Amino acid sequence: MTKLVPNLSAHWDEADSHTLTGYQRHGGYTAMKKAFELGEDGVIAEVKESGLRGRGGAGFPTGMKWGFVPQGDGKPHYLVVNADESEPGACKDIPLMMLNPHSLIEGVIIAAYAIRANYAFIYIRGETPHPIRRVRQAVAAAYEAKLLGKNILGTGFDLEVVVHSGAGAYICGEETALLDSLEGRRGQPRLKPPFPAVAGLYASPTVVNNVETVASVPAIIKNGAAWYKSFGTEKSPGIKLFAVSGDVLRPGIFEAPLGITMRELINYAGGMVSDRPVKFFVPGGSSVPLLTPEHLDVPLTYEDMAAHGTMLGTGTPMVFDTSRSVTKAVVRWIEFYKHESCGKCTPCREGTYFMVDILKRLEKGKGELADLDLLVDISAQISGRSFCALGDAAATPIPAALKYFREEFESKLVGAK
Amino acid sequence: MTVTANSNASNQTELISAVIDGIEIRVPKGTLIIRAAEQLGNQIPRFCDHPSLAPVAACRMCLVEIDGMPKPQPSCAIALTDGMVVKTQQSSEVAAQAQAGVMEFLLLNHPLDCPVCDKGGECPLQNQAMTNGRAESRFEEGTKRLFEKPININSEILLDRERCVSCARCTRFADEIAGDPTLELLERGAHQQVGTADDRPFESYFGGNTIQICPVGALTSATYRFRSRPFDLISHNTICEHCSSGCSTRTDVRRGKIMRRLASNDPEVNEEWNCDKGRFAFTHTVIDRISTPLIRENGELRAASWPEAISFAAAGLKGKRAGVLTGGRLPQEDAYAFARFARVVLNTNNLDFRNRTSSDEEAEFLANHIAGSGLNVSYRDLETADVVVLVAFEPENESPIVQLRLRKAVRNNKLKVIAVDSAAAPGHEKLSAELHLAKPGTEAAALSALSDKLKGRNAIVLVGERAAASAGLLSAAVALSDATAAKLAWVPRRAGERGAVEAGLLPNLLPGGRLLSDATDRAAVAAEWNVQQLPTAIGLDQKGMVQAANAAKLDAFLVAGVDVTDVAYHDDFKAALAKTFVVSLEPHYSSVTDYADVILPVGVITEREGSFVDWEGRERSFTAAMHQSLALSDARVLHLIANELGIKFADDAKSAALHKSLTELKSTTKKPAMTKVSAVESAGLVLAGLRQLIDNGSLQNGEAHLAATAREAVAKVNAKTAADHGLIDGNLVVLEAPGGTLVIPVEIAAVADQTIWLPLNSDGSTPLINLGITIGDSVSVKDAGAYVV
Repeated sequence: MTKLVPNLSAHWDEADSHTLTGYQRHGGYTAMKKAFELGEDGVIAEVKESGLRGRGGAGFPTGMKWGFVPQGDGKPHYLVVNADESEPGACKDIPLMMLNPHSLIEGVIIAAYAIRANYAFIYIRGETPHPIRRVRQAVAAAYEAKLLGKNILGTGFDLEVVVHSGAGAYICGEETALLDSLEGRRGQPRLKPPFPAVAGLYASPTVVNNVETVASVPAIIKNGAAWYKSFGTEKSPGIKLFAVSGDVLRPGIFEAPLGITMRELINYAGGMVSDRPVKFFVPGGSSVPLLTPEHLDVPLTYEDMAAHGTMLGTGTPMVFDTSRSVTKAVVRWIEFYKHESCGKCTPCREGTYFMVDILKRLEKGKGELADLDLLVDISAQISGRSFCALGDAAATPIPAALKYFREEFESKLVGAK
Repeated sequence: MTVTANSNASNQTELISAVIDGIEIRVPKGTLIIRAAEQLGNQIPRFCDHPSLAPVAACRMCLVEIDGMPKPQPSCAIALTDGMVVKTQQSSEVAAQAQAGVMEFLLLNHPLDCPVCDKGGECPLQNQAMTNGRAESRFEEGTKRLFEKPININSEILLDRERCVSCARCTRFADEIAGDPTLELLERGAHQQVGTADDRPFESYFGGNTIQICPVGALTSATYRFRSRPFDLISHNTICEHCSSGCSTRTDVRRGKIMRRLASNDPEVNEEWNCDKGRFAFTHTVIDRISTPLIRENGELRAASWPEAISFAAAGLKGKRAGVLTGGRLPQEDAYAFARFARVVLNTNNLDFRNRTSSDEEAEFLANHIAGSGLNVSYRDLETADVVVLVAFEPENESPIVQLRLRKAVRNNKLKVIAVDSAAAPGHEKLSAELHLAKPGTEAAALSALSDKLKGRNAIVLVGERAAASAGLLSAAVALSDATAAKLAWVPRRAGERGAVEAGLLPNLLPGGRLLSDATDRAAVAAEWNVQQLPTAIGLDQKGMVQAANAAKLDAFLVAGVDVTDVAYHDDFKAALAKTFVVSLEPHYSSVTDYADVILPVGVITEREGSFVDWEGRERSFTAAMHQSLALSDARVLHLIANELGIKFADDAKSAALHKSLTELKSTTKKPAMTKVSAVESAGLVLAGLRQLIDNGSLQNGEAHLAATAREAVAKVNAKTAADHGLIDGNLVVLEAPGGTLVIPVEIAAVADQTIWLPLNSDGSTPLINLGITIGDSVSVKDAGAYVV
């Protein structure tokens, strides 16, 4: 049994875990001092060495991303924290911001210092006012304690942090759409290149990192890359928040080394909610292809998930028992993508519209066999053809669902018994 | 592949070599795949791609396979690199399927109303659905998303949202090219739609271009909608008659009727854009037309035959002290015919094309610095310049394609624009112009102060027609150009003005840039015209002729294309016309035909051939779009009058012959330096203003949709002047001058001190008519209370 490693979530049971005092009681804001001693490039090297990968879903090595920022270019640099957590099933950043916002702020300080940014923006999903208030309070407390602002801890390093509320569009979780939104434009993904590391916010070098990624940095600096790498696998080092939801007894967040299995996570969640067994699960939010009970013992790592045709994603598994309908789940997911498609590119805008149209027909029992092939075809016409990953995500549920549960779909066709 | 002829030899771009569909191609580094494929004759289907707009890769129609890349890539957004291997739909099943998939998606929510859609027959969606789509829909049972049928995005442009494929060409045009980012995509997903801010129309002088570049029938023209099918139209290459930009246009005619006008692609001039006036204002060609010659008898006009009217006109002009006045509508060849007629038939140098504020200084400037200078400054020069100075010239209103080219250079090439003018205009902001505000009469000093900013740089000075209203300004512009080696160009507002200069329609100037004062020039012209000698005395300009007529020193006028209300002294002008024998050559009834003794109807621009000379000095020749018209040109009518008076020219007064004759007279002799003129500043508050692009100009008659896109007429003063004169922002102001009064809303804005700026010929703002004064004249003002709409 893989052991849980509470790090970010270690003190969530304390009433004041979200306060400066609570955070400092457990060594908070000491990592930044060490970071200042390491120097900017030292921090980048340490994070590179730790193998930390982006926790927003794509899993891009964080240290490498920081290293892309050109130095000495005379332009301002920006750090942007992507806290637009909106994916169905994903619920890890919001609890983290509610219960341990100072780990995020300390991470922001260290990351901004490393990439030579004097401005950082935390872009929080607009529909969730509580974490916005909580992070704003935490930022105010950090300013009060002179941990933010001018000449932090006498190092000469200045950092201003702005907490920005989104306006309710899932697409703004896409990093370039987020930057457009932050600039006051309508959130739609930008053409890349140039990548944000070269021309991001206000056309200046910008690093966009997920909340959990940034919040993981203080512990890495404090305990060292070797400590962090001692968890997980070679390609997926470290620990991560797994937010388990669905038909388990105690849905919640479990902080564990990468490589833990779904079966173990379900056990930590108290097992299934009833005696009905697992029918299917998605390992990382609705954007990744679903898996079946035969995959319960596959380690939850970037590489093992890829080997099984899915992705670790945000690491927020949704578990469905045998009382659940695959078709319904798929219809709801794709309706979500249709609703959230920004409209910029044709495959995502029209493809999701097309799929929902067919799926609704299937739900009503009016579908025909050819519709199933058509759905697969449409998914293929979206996947890899859309402008950004939203379209790709919308194309993921169908092929996997039909691969594992084709009979269930067929049972709803016209004339099925 | 070869580098295009226009590339500078020292500036040759590196060539790279790549393979598209198995064919090796060498193209300049940075060439997009889609452009390179075009050079191989392979049209990759596309919607959002447009060569003049930045790539967005939104429609995904142009996906191709690139070796080494796992997914199909948008060929409109990726530059070919050395050694790249690309497979398009021609050789890759993946690319062909990706494109077919996108096409299927695009047609999903697109209505099947091609039979009633304006675009049907010339529609990229229709065409590419045939070449790259599937024969049958798989969305048979689906429900299309619908929108309310069409909405106006402005009075001229209608939007059928359900036809839109969200390519964003229109919104990108508005933002990138026009600089009017008030057209945007709204909502998301399949409900994404083009729109404007609530209750605000899409405000742009260039909006019509969005209709033309829309790859579907989503944007349509209010005037053209449902009027015609593309395959019923006969297209003619034409040149726009509205200003000196010289746009190449396409006039589409159906059964002898003009249905629409489009911008043609002329990379050296208008690229592929035109302004809304050029696009929509063509109704003037058919309304208020004079159909037969008319003779005034006992104060009343009566119809007459051509022979009767010609002999009546000839008799009236014979032996008289006459003057010739022409406006800005004449093609170069007709202008030349007037210049010749005045000298040879009427034996006078009393001729002037400047039916506007003008001066002797301007006549000298035009004779010495503009006439015969050829293609001295071009659009391309504007694009490559470091600095362009705009003097009494606001391009967005006064020569809109110059505005677009400057904006392009500001965006792409870091051009710096400096403007010396009496008031800030929206166009200045779109050029990020450094503005030097100067009260009329003081611009010369402001201009001279710019010397240091131009020295050692590739600089161009553009002066407008309003420069003539400010004594000393043109000579200051010449001095600045001499001192800094900046190139100098004159950008008149009207289409025919530069041609009139070349044709010698000035009291001091002969055709071909030849000076009246120069004996050799005179002899050359006399020889070309086969006469012994030409009248030698410098003639009168328009104002001089009006004064002479009122003093009984002039007996007759030959007038074409003139509206008396275009000048402040219109009362004197009318009196002069009333006193004299007036021969009027006009297509339409006008303020001059009211006083004419004989009216000889001539053809409108679409019924004749000839050429305009644009501000660059570039000849823009055109043929008749309505070639079956029986209307005569001005030149032919003059020819008939001359014949009646027993004077025969060697040619037949047809356009080609006149053009040849004029070309033979072209002189490149160095001209004498200009006389320096001192500035004159009127004390106290003075009038400033310009003619807005869309206003009461007579060539815009009959175009209600266009007229509704005009900018609202307001007076503008700066805060200090307002305080000095007790004016209140948003209130009404009453302007008073000897000629009368004018009441108009006033706005506090960036205007020179002691200056009140007004549109000169807009609805509710016609100061020349109401006040009888022009730019630089003193005016008194007072607050006239709240403005209640």
